[in-house]
Amino acid sequence: MISILTETEEDFFIINISGEIDASSSIHLDNKLGEIIKSAKKILVDCTNLKYISSAGLGVFMSYIQEMEEGDIRMILFGMSSNVKNVFEILGLDQLIKMVETKEEAKSLLNAI
Amino acid sequence: MQYNYKVPCAKKNLVDIRDFINKALQNHFDSEIDIHSMVLAVDEVCANLMIHSHNCNPNDSLELFVEVQKQEVVFEIRDTGNGFNFKDYREPTIQEIISEKKKGGIGLLLVKRIMDKIEFIQNKNTNICRLKKKFFNQ
Repeated sequence: MISILTETEEDFFIINISGEIDASSSIHLDNKLGEIIKSAKKILVDCTNLKYISSAGLGVFMSYIQEMEEGDIRMILFGMSSNVKNVFEILGLDQLIKMVETKEEAKSLLNAI
Repeated sequence: MQYNYKVPCAKKNLVDIRDFINKALQNHFDSEIDIHSMVLAVDEVCANLMIHSHNCNPNDSLELFVEVQKQEVVFEIRDTGNGFNFKDYREPTIQEIISEKKKGGIGLLLVKRIMDKIEFIQNKNTNICRLKKKFFNQ
């Protein structure tokens, strides 16, 4: 239902999420993100294969916002489908969590911040 | 047109609930975003009920009804657990959720933004959560 793969490119930590994040599967994202922010400073989340996200998934991202700000950790989501993007937009989270179309845009934005 | 589906209270079944709602709505709507939003709203209510009213006990079940009428869709989620007290629900702000590092609490917020009307009704031993979404030009 959910698969989370990680890789590094240059100094970017890339999290590749495939499948559906709901109340049942969000724990996997929580564990992975919690582990990654201990060491990564520049995080890219590849949502190209993310088919669905519910409030449980949004909650995971939101719960790390403060920790990331305090630790100077930057995260950008990219490649979202319009359905998934709409879920973030309903609550205005697109104003709090940066999201762009492509990995290249994400990289240059992260380097520019 | 009416559709119904009964499902045990286990979170792994949320995917089947989404599939059921999606299939029911596909027959009547063209907009993927609208369908996706309504699927999300029902998923949120069901997840809340499974977790908070039923402690994810698979011996308990939820019964879902979807009725597509001329100008609106009515969703009902029925159960016999501890009824959700909607009057006690205080809408959290996004800032509160971030500063308290809470991972829950925004499901119902999404439902309220998506649906036009939300009702929680207790009828003898049955709790009914009724969601209504108006639509145009379908």
